[in-house]
Amino acid sequence: MSAAAGGSIAPDVQSGAEAIRAEKIVKRFGSITALNGVSIHVKRGEILGILGDNGAGKSTLIKILTGFHQPTSGRLFVHGNEVSLASVDHARSLGIECVYQDLALINTLSVYHNMFLNRELRRPPFGLLDHGEMRRRASEALDDIGVGVPNVEAEVARLSGGQRQAIAVARAVYSNARILLLDEPLAAMGAREAGLIIDLIERLRARGDIAIIMIAHNYAQTLDICDRVVLVQHGEITFESHSAETSVEELLEIVRREYRAARRA
Amino acid sequence: MAPPASVRRSGVRHALGGFLVWREASVILVAVLLVVYFELTNGNFLTGDNIVTVSQFVAAPAIIACGEIMLLICKEIDLSAGQTFALAPFLVYFGAKFGLPVIPAIVVALGICAAIGLAIGLITVLLGVPSFVTTLGTYFLITGVTLTISRGFPATPPGGSFLAGIMGAYGYSEIIWALVIVALMHIVLRHTRWGLHTSAVGGNEIAAAEAGINVRRIKVGNFIITAVLAGFTGIIEAYRVGSNDPLAGGSTIMFLGVASGVIGGTALTGGSGTIIGGLIGAIVLGVLQDGFTLQGINAFLFDGIIGAAILIAMIANIRLARWQRGVSR
Repeated sequence: MSAAAGGSIAPDVQSGAEAIRAEKIVKRFGSITALNGVSIHVKRGEILGILGDNGAGKSTLIKILTGFHQPTSGRLFVHGNEVSLASVDHARSLGIECVYQDLALINTLSVYHNMFLNRELRRPPFGLLDHGEMRRRASEALDDIGVGVPNVEAEVARLSGGQRQAIAVARAVYSNARILLLDEPLAAMGAREAGLIIDLIERLRARGDIAIIMIAHNYAQTLDICDRVVLVQHGEITFESHSAETSVEELLEIVRREYRAARRA
Repeated sequence: MAPPASVRRSGVRHALGGFLVWREASVILVAVLLVVYFELTNGNFLTGDNIVTVSQFVAAPAIIACGEIMLLICKEIDLSAGQTFALAPFLVYFGAKFGLPVIPAIVVALGICAAIGLAIGLITVLLGVPSFVTTLGTYFLITGVTLTISRGFPATPPGGSFLAGIMGAYGYSEIIWALVIVALMHIVLRHTRWGLHTSAVGGNEIAAAEAGINVRRIKVGNFIITAVLAGFTGIIEAYRVGSNDPLAGGSTIMFLGVASGVIGGTALTGGSGTIIGGLIGAIVLGVLQDGFTLQGINAFLFDGIIGAAILIAMIANIRLARWQRGVSR
């Protein structure tokens, strides 16, 4: 990658070093316990899949990792240092970035303006926008991670869902995200579009310097892409495994037991 | 943008296609056709005197449009811009009456206009009142203030003839102001972070906030820009006419500004628009007003014809824009 745009560069640790670790995270909202002692960790060059039903606590966990919520108790380590994430901006400055499926991009702006939104390149003497340089670097950065966009000047609205998602991911990577949270990156996407994103995620893993946490619904896809998976149920991690050592059937069986228990109750 | 394959066949078609795919092309075409029509039917449309007259029809809506376009892009509107327009020359008048030299009086008046924009902006973003409603309130409020301080009587703008000439009394000075302001606002919209962030806020407010853009600041700032530009337009218009009129401007000038923007391709849904388009929209409206006046259209029919012309221009514009999207896909 060429120059980095904004954000502080995470310490240069080789692939395989721990990127983020959450220990015994508890989050209560009044009398409701959304997370009850959840621990996860991800290494650079690794993809962790988080599975679970709506309301299981997945999004609360993500919001704690992105600094949006502060945990009631528990400890967080980023690149080996204990941190207390005060805000989304604080998390971002440590290289933690979340890509949401629909909220990420501005449809009426061009691809390169989206790539550089709020960290625009400007040129002296008047500090006007350097459109040429932004176009050039956006093309480069997209080529770099293998996202093919016909024209960086095109309005984002004209692109497919998969292309939009890929650009949002590319933007996060370009802005130095080293811990990438992907919220349902494959939801509502056709097979071809999903393939585009899966390819991209695998290329990012191959770089070795990025840790990825992916929240998903589809067990087969998740096991396919992720190195490890955790299953979150009613605020706790009820199952954890390397993807190679489990199967869709095993995961379904655990969830089925849960449903039966819920129906008896 | 690369020319679409369908228009790449010959040089001429290439040039034509390249022009038509350009964003403001459809409005420019409408403006040119109108000029040709009025020149053919009157023969004296393109005379020096008449060009001055047209330029004076164009200047005020073009400047007001610059502000309204910024607001429309970030999904707001200022319905009271025409009221600020009427108030500002009285602020200059009273500033001078209380002993200020004229230029500082103009600066103070514009400062008060900025405060009006700030108030509108803060009420809108902090109290969550839609700007359509906020500025409906200030629409009447400012009219009341203008009528009260002027006691309903016109006044003569202060200053000597040299200053008056620069401000608006010389035939071309108003359009020169307008062109300078249009050029500056075009740069602001297309080549500064402010402009890009304004488009971003209108395109997707949540994503803009996610990217760290201060949405409220952008909106309030554009209300201030609009109010200052409206006030300035009111001042130069008063110098051109040679009189402050407490009932000048109003909803007519505001809607001409908004219509210029919309004819020029600014979307009412936010997120996109161009300042140059607004200028061309103002030219279309100015040519219509002047052309029909030359033709001696019955005064009672005049508004009806302008309205119909706006509709026809808009429909043509939208059809052409659809066609453009079709070929460039």
